[in-house]
Amino acid sequence: MNELSPQKLTAKDYATDQEVRWCPGCGDYAILKSVQKTLADLEADPANTVFVSGIGCSSRFPYYMATYGFHTIHGRAPAFATGIKLANPDLDVWMVTGDGDGLSIGGNHLLHVLRRNVDIQILLFNNEIYGLTKGQYSPTSRPGTRSPSSPGGSIERNLNPCNFALAAGARFVARTVDTDQKHMPEILKRAHGHRGASFVEIYQNCIVFNDGVFADFTDKKAAPERQLRAEHGHRLVFGPNNEKGLRLNRDKVAIEIVTIGENGITEDDILVHDETDALLAQMLVTLDGPDAPVVVGVIYCNQADTYDAGVARQVAKAKIAKPNADMKELLFAGSTWTVD
Amino acid sequence: MATNLAQKPTASADKHVPASLESVVIRFAGDSGDGMQLTGTQFTHSTALMGTDLATFPDFPAEIRAPTGTTFGVSAYQINFGARRVLTAGDQPDVLVAMNPAALKTNLEALKPGGTLVVDIGSFNSRTLAKAGYTSDPLEDGTIAPYQVIRLDITRMTLESVKEFGLSNKDAIRCKNMWTLGLMLWMYGRQRQSVVDWLKGKFAKSQQLADANIAAVNAGHAFGETAELAGDMSHSTVGRAEVAPGVYRTITGAESLALGLVAGSKLAGLDIMFGSYPITPASTLLHQLARLKEHGVVTFQAEDEIAAICSAIGASFAGSLGVTSSSGPGIALKGEAMGLAISTELPLVIVNSQRGGPSTGLPTKTEQSDLYQAIYGRNGDAPLPVIASATPGDCFEVAIEAVRIATKYMTPVILLTDGYLANAAEPWPVPDFDSLKPFPVQFHTNPENFSPSSRDAKTLARNWAIPGTPGTEHRIGGIEKDFNTGNISYASDNHQLMTDTRWNKVLGIADDIPLQEITQGDATGDLVVVGWGSTFGPIYRAVEQSRAKGLNVSQIHVRYMWPLPKNLGELLKGFKQVLVPEMNKGQFATVLRDNYLVDAVRLNQVNGQPFKVSRLNQVIAEMLA
Repeated sequence: MNELSPQKLTAKDYATDQEVRWCPGCGDYAILKSVQKTLADLEADPANTVFVSGIGCSSRFPYYMATYGFHTIHGRAPAFATGIKLANPDLDVWMVTGDGDGLSIGGNHLLHVLRRNVDIQILLFNNEIYGLTKGQYSPTSRPGTRSPSSPGGSIERNLNPCNFALAAGARFVARTVDTDQKHMPEILKRAHGHRGASFVEIYQNCIVFNDGVFADFTDKKAAPERQLRAEHGHRLVFGPNNEKGLRLNRDKVAIEIVTIGENGITEDDILVHDETDALLAQMLVTLDGPDAPVVVGVIYCNQADTYDAGVARQVAKAKIAKPNADMKELLFAGSTWTVD
Repeated sequence: MATNLAQKPTASADKHVPASLESVVIRFAGDSGDGMQLTGTQFTHSTALMGTDLATFPDFPAEIRAPTGTTFGVSAYQINFGARRVLTAGDQPDVLVAMNPAALKTNLEALKPGGTLVVDIGSFNSRTLAKAGYTSDPLEDGTIAPYQVIRLDITRMTLESVKEFGLSNKDAIRCKNMWTLGLMLWMYGRQRQSVVDWLKGKFAKSQQLADANIAAVNAGHAFGETAELAGDMSHSTVGRAEVAPGVYRTITGAESLALGLVAGSKLAGLDIMFGSYPITPASTLLHQLARLKEHGVVTFQAEDEIAAICSAIGASFAGSLGVTSSSGPGIALKGEAMGLAISTELPLVIVNSQRGGPSTGLPTKTEQSDLYQAIYGRNGDAPLPVIASATPGDCFEVAIEAVRIATKYMTPVILLTDGYLANAAEPWPVPDFDSLKPFPVQFHTNPENFSPSSRDAKTLARNWAIPGTPGTEHRIGGIEKDFNTGNISYASDNHQLMTDTRWNKVLGIADDIPLQEITQGDATGDLVVVGWGSTFGPIYRAVEQSRAKGLNVSQIHVRYMWPLPKNLGELLKGFKQVLVPEMNKGQFATVLRDNYLVDAVRLNQVNGQPFKVSRLNQVIAEMLA
């Protein structure tokens, strides 16, 4: 392989010459770095790669990727991405959105791109706040969030992005954290390898308007105690020594947090992660309570036929059925008569 | 105008020697469940195959099945057919076919005095009369006295004609429209074979229904031939129209638009990606294109109007011809995305099948009130070319022209049609595709010194490099871009330059479109009637008739609504008066006044119906008095 290495692109080769304009310390820098590294690892062809985004801080992303890119309008990136895939299914399309862009103004489009299972990667940067418009609460802000538009605390209940994606019929749902430079490329590679709409929620810290909102489970010290890394075929354990785990309470069809070695609990009682199990996925993304960890990793992955492939098949079938379809034949279709 | 039926010989003269008429207007009216649109389209088809010229006007309610027997549930189909050039569906029907009291109530006023009324008395009873709002029976109280009335119990005769097929009473009654069609085909000497063929295809899965409907057509026809209806039964014919030699077919605006878009895409060498969301009266185009996959057409039924246009823009970015289509309210939703297509300079065709507005307005009624929206309706200085089709057949040429301009100038183009054009049918000389000039798109593939914003010096169109091409990777978006590099730029001088460039690019298209021609009449004079869109037929006929009376009037019909043809202002200055009839409150008149400081007189109508020739004649005469 060594003789090929001079040709191989590095993460830097995927960066444009444009000055990155996010706030210093923004989580987006880490995500950008991870994505560029992932593309280098995947040896992605920049000519065949397209980044599509809506509006918001996260949506500036395409300008910093030395691939094809389309910075579109607020909330509508899924529709543009769908059109791109329908025009050329061979393109590798990444969509970048945020909690406001993807779940508020663009909620409808996100729902439908997931439902249709268009073969793209969707990265939703969730910082639980509107950054570019200067700090208003977003659909993922927790109730009580104080912001310029909610000085008395927000009253709305917050949306859970992964639960939304699962309910919309997504066939790949994963979570990762902006600063986790080891975990994120792994997850992005899995998303890329999945054929269909791959939904990745990235917890992203907004240093200016919502700093530390995820610190309780992303800080280095807190992470082992509060983060559970789901891996297919492995037990769902967490804690500094993997001493805690998830057990199914069969009386209630609910998940409970248990400690191995306490109350007769053994490792065998702990659930094994099955990423093809939609019900388990839903329980994992909605885990709640003071002891509950935040589950990251590939939570659901269950491949199905994609929309773009289905469309291409229908077109191909029509062309086979009518190989000589030409404009003249079409113009003269139906009953005609001749005037001499 | 159609010859008055009162002047022709009646059936009692000799029913086997049909009288020859110059033209006839028939209006079929019934409950929306009575199948009047099918009766109308089949009559039209049969008429067209006999070489008679025609124009039609389907007039139906927004409700799919309004409560039976109500006046708001009446569906009508008007056809004007003639042995000469037919341009409108006719001001006043010569013949009204009324299938129930509600249809009589809503349509009788339109019938020409002395005209023929065919009425299904089998549908008249105290309950149906009350539902239509009649307090006394119009068949008895003198209401129909001014007309030649043919009273027929169509319901009973239909039931008898299909008795042997053992249909349910409901299915049997539904054959009424075919019995009526059979009668009308006989009355005007139309052939039946095309209807029989069509019924065989339509009911391919049910021999019983096919046989029953064919029997109903034949029974209606036979009734006409054998009935002794002394004096009041017509039997006449309308000859072939004097039209140019060639091969013809009937076509509606929606069909011709679909064909034009496919033809345009082939001339450009692109596949179509059509993103659309169902809306009346634009959905027909989606249906047409969805069946043309073998021609490289991908149709995407999006989740909403915004996604529909965005998917089309995405497809254009990736190298397809993006097309989207809607009607007024849906076009309003697409406004922001149009701005993005203008800013990123991507080709796109936006079809607006206009309907009555504002808001939901009148979904099934025609209007041309989206001209302001088309020319001006976006945030920022956001110019784009707008073109309008005049007749169902014209939609073909206009669609090709929209594709040509969109791809040559890298710009979204709005194509204006309307509900009337979309549904109306006319005979259409099938064009010779090989005679159309191709305009193949050349994607930019050279990576050397590549910038997505480098422009053609003449057209000002930016280059089109598509994903998948090595070395031309680039980013575009809705933020203002640097004129040279295409990178984001907030510089004030640059925004001035980019705004001017977008503006000049669109205005420059005026150099690439035909000069405006005088549609009819002299190049200077006392009065010119200026129209656009589907008012072509009535205006043409009115100007023709006024000129025949010796009035000094000309006609200008405009296709290129923006930018306007370069010589239009000069042409208008050659006339003492300018009259602009529009099915809106005077939108094109505003544009003309603004651009040429001309005293354009407005003539406006928004009643959901096409202009009547008689009204235009009257206004022309008044202005020249």
